[in-house]
Amino acid sequence: MNIADNQELSSHLRTHFGEGIIVHGEYVEITIGKFERVAKYLKESLGYEFLSMITAIDYIDYFELVYRIEAFQNKATVQLKLKCEKVKPVVPSLSHLWYGARLQEREVYDLFGIEFSNHPNLKRIVLWEGFQGYPLRKDFKVKSYDAGN
Amino acid sequence: MTLATEQFILNIGPLHPSTHGVFRMRVTMDGETIQDVEPVFGYLHRGLEKLCESHTYKQNIPITDRLDYVSAINNNWPYVMAVEKLAEIQVPLRAEYLRVIMGELQRIASHLLAVGSLMNDMGVFYTAFMYMFREREKIIDLLEMVTGQRLLYNYMRFGGVSMDFPAEFIPALKRFLNIMPSYLDEYDSMMADNEILLSRTKGIGILTPEMAVNSSASGPLLRGSGVKWDLRKDAPYSVYDRFDFDIPTGNNGDCYDRYRVRMEEMRQSIRIINQAIEQLPSGKEKVMVPLRIRPPKGETYSQIEAPRGILGCYIVSDGSTKPYRCHFRAPAFINLTLLQELLIGQKLADAIIIFGSIDLSMGEVDR
Amino acid sequence: MNNWLISLDNSVGNFWLQFLIMAVFIIAFVMSSVIMFIWTERRVIARFQARLGPNRAGPFGLFQAIADTVKILTKEDIIPSLADRVLFWTAPAIAFIPTLMIMATIPFMNGFQMVDLNVGVLFISAVSAISAIGIFLSGVAGNNKYSLIGAMREIAQLISFEIPMVLSLASLVIACGSMSLTQIVAAQNVPNIILQPLGFVVFMVAILAEINRTPFDLVEADSELTCGFNTEYSGMKFALLYLTEYSEAVVGAALITTFFLGGWRGPFLPGIMWFVVKMIASFMFILWLRSTLPRLRIDQSMHLAWKGLLPLALVNLFVIALKNVFFPDLSLWISVPVYILVSVLVILLWAGFLRKGRKSLVV
Repeated sequence: MNIADNQELSSHLRTHFGEGIIVHGEYVEITIGKFERVAKYLKESLGYEFLSMITAIDYIDYFELVYRIEAFQNKATVQLKLKCEKVKPVVPSLSHLWYGARLQEREVYDLFGIEFSNHPNLKRIVLWEGFQGYPLRKDFKVKSYDAGN
Repeated sequence: MTLATEQFILNIGPLHPSTHGVFRMRVTMDGETIQDVEPVFGYLHRGLEKLCESHTYKQNIPITDRLDYVSAINNNWPYVMAVEKLAEIQVPLRAEYLRVIMGELQRIASHLLAVGSLMNDMGVFYTAFMYMFREREKIIDLLEMVTGQRLLYNYMRFGGVSMDFPAEFIPALKRFLNIMPSYLDEYDSMMADNEILLSRTKGIGILTPEMAVNSSASGPLLRGSGVKWDLRKDAPYSVYDRFDFDIPTGNNGDCYDRYRVRMEEMRQSIRIINQAIEQLPSGKEKVMVPLRIRPPKGETYSQIEAPRGILGCYIVSDGSTKPYRCHFRAPAFINLTLLQELLIGQKLADAIIIFGSIDLSMGEVDR
Repeated sequence: MNNWLISLDNSVGNFWLQFLIMAVFIIAFVMSSVIMFIWTERRVIARFQARLGPNRAGPFGLFQAIADTVKILTKEDIIPSLADRVLFWTAPAIAFIPTLMIMATIPFMNGFQMVDLNVGVLFISAVSAISAIGIFLSGVAGNNKYSLIGAMREIAQLISFEIPMVLSLASLVIACGSMSLTQIVAAQNVPNIILQPLGFVVFMVAILAEINRTPFDLVEADSELTCGFNTEYSGMKFALLYLTEYSEAVVGAALITTFFLGGWRGPFLPGIMWFVVKMIASFMFILWLRSTLPRLRIDQSMHLAWKGLLPLALVNLFVIALKNVFFPDLSLWISVPVYILVSVLVILLWAGFLRKGRKSLVV
C-alpha cells in the first residue's frame, strides 16, 4: 500500500496500535512498549523491508534511538525514534526481524551501553570486553581531549 | 573404521594477507570446512564519531576522509550534504558536477582495487592486481592534479568543492576515459572466461535476494543478488538524475556476480563521467560560507551510493559550532553482518574468496 | 668432455673419481640453476605483470638472489616453543635431499650422468615422494594450524597426482622399451611430446601438482594459509625450504626435458646446452601458468586428479600399448596425426563430460 507522508503513516499506525505514535517532522516517535510490534507491522504488512540504519543519541536526560527503514517497492522511507531512560536502558532488539540489525545493535550497545533484549549475541564489538564506560555517552571523558579544555 | 576427529580453531588475522586490513576471524574448522565464524573487530577503531563531536563542522571534513580510505572523496560527500541540508547552504551547479566527476573517478579506483585484490585472494600471483593498479595509478594522478593529494583528498567543502579543475585536467580526463574501456576489455579477456576463475567463483557464496535485503546489505553485494537498488537512480542526490546510465545486477548472487557487477559499474561510471563533462556548466566551484558555521538546531540524514554500498551520515546539531552527534552508516560494516551467513559450511579457500568479494575497508568497519 | 668421462667409466677404479666429479657437478648445477631460476622467475613474472622486477643488485638484478640469500642466512632462527624440535630441524633436509637424488639419474649429455639406473623411472617416482614427506613433516612439526592444513593438502595432492604421473610414465616406458633414462632419451628420435601428446599433458599437470606450482600451489596458498607449510620457518631452515621449492622446479623441468622434449638431443649445440635450453623453456611454461592462473580449490584439484587425469592416463596407456602390440612398425606419418587427433578428441570429450557432471552437481 502507498503511504504518502508521516502524517498518513502515523494515523494509519494509530488505527492499529492506538496512542503512543507521535510525529516530529521527518521522524515518527514510538513508545517503547509498542515498538517491536510496530516494527513487525511495518516490515510485514507495509513493505518496509530494508533496515538501513540504527543509531543512538545521548540527550543527557534520555537516550534516543533512530531507526531508518526503507521500502524498496514504493521508495518510501520511515525514520522511527525511540526514547529510553538513561538508567539501565533496555530496548527491544529487532535482530529477529532484520538480520542486518545484529551488528548495528551490538555497536550501539558497545558505544552507548543500551541493552537490546533478546539479541542473540550482545557483546562489545569495536572495544574489548572489560572496557570501562561507553565512549559515545556525553559523560564519557576522553583524557587527551578533556585535559586541555 | 571411523577415525577420531576433532574440530580446531583457526585465527585468520588480524595480520593475514587476505583480510584487507586488520580484521580477525575466529574460525572453527572441521578439516577444511568452516563450522563457525566469529568476526573480531576494532583493531582500527579510532573513535571517529566521538572525534567528530569535539571538532567544528569544517574540521570534520578531513576526518571523514579516514573512514574508507580507498574512496575518500565519496566519504566527504554524505557529510557535506548533511551539513548543507542542516545549514541550508545552496551548492552551485558546477560544484555538483565536479563532485559527480570526482566521485565517479574514485568509484572506478575503488572497484579496481576490489577486483584486483579479489583476484589475489583467488591465487593469481598479483598479475591482475598489478594491471588494475596500473590504471588506478592513472586515476590517482588525475585526482592529484585537482586536489594535490593521492589518497586522502579532503576535497569537498560546505557549498562546493575545495578547488576547481585546472585547465589541463579535462583533456587528461578525456584521454583517460577514451583508453579506459579498452583496459576493461583487456581485464575481461584475462579473467571473464578463465575456467579456473569460473569454477572458483560461480555458485560460491550464494546470497539470496531476500537475505540480502533482510540483512541490510548494500552496494555490489545487494545488486549482485539481483536487487536493483542504487541510490543514484532510486533516490537521486546531487545531479545524478541528469545522467543516463544503467544499474548492473547479477542473477545468482554468487561471487562471480559481485565481480561482474563491479566490472559493469566501472563502465557505467565512465558513461556518467562522459556525460558530466559534456554538460559541465560554468560558474563558481563553491559559495562562501562562514568558517565556523552554526547550523540551526535539528537533525538530518543524508546518504550516497559509495563504492561499497549506501554510505549515510546522520548529524544532530544543537546550534553550536560542533555537531552534537555524528553517525556514519558504514556500508562495509553492515555488509559484514552477513559474514557468518555466507561462510559457514564453506571450504577455507572459498571463504577467503567470499570475504574478498564482500570488499571491505577496515577503516570504515571499525571507524 | 663426453668421451673423456666415458673412458673414465671403463675402469672400475675410476668409479669414485666419477662419483666425486658428478656429485660436485650436480650440486653446483642445482644451486646455480636455482639462483638463475629465482632470478628468471622474478624478472619474467614482473614482465608479465607490467612492472620491472629486481634490477638494482648487479647487472639486470642478477645478484638479487645472492643478496636475498645473505639476508636470509643472517636472520634470526626462530623455533616455536611448541614445535617438535627434531622434526623441525630434519624436515627441510628430508625435503631437499631427494631432489638431488633425482638429479643424479638425469642424463645431462650422452653418458654424462652420475648413475644410469636400469630402473630409472621407478627410482624417480619413488624418490620424488620422499620430498613430499619432508614437506609434510615440516608442516606438522611447526605446530601451526596453517601449516597443518598445508601439510594435509600436500599428502592429499601427492597421493592423487602420483598415480596419473606414474601411469603416463608407464606408457612412456612401453613406447621406449626401457626404464633407463639414457635409453628413453636415446629412443626419442622424435621427441615424446609429439609421439604422446596426451601423456605429456597428463605428466605436465601431474608434475605441476608434485612440485606445488600454480594452479596447484595449495600447499603454500599464500592468500589462504599465509605461507602454508613453511609458515613457522625462518632463517637458514626457511632458506632450505625455499631452495627445495626451486630445486623441485629444476627437477621438474629436467624431468619434462628428459622424458618428453628429447633430453640432450638436438642439432648443432652440444648436448648439455640443449638440455639447459629445454629446461629453461619448460620452466618458462611453468612461469606462464603461474602468472595467469588462479589457484584451484583442494576438492577441485582432487577431482581433476581422479576424474580427469587418471582416465586420460589410462586411455593413453591403453592406446600406446595397443599400438606397440599390433602396429609396432607403423609409420610416424600415420601414427602421429592419428594419435594427436585421438588425444584432442579424448581431452575435449572428457572435459565436456566433466563439465556436464559438475553442472548437475552444482545445481
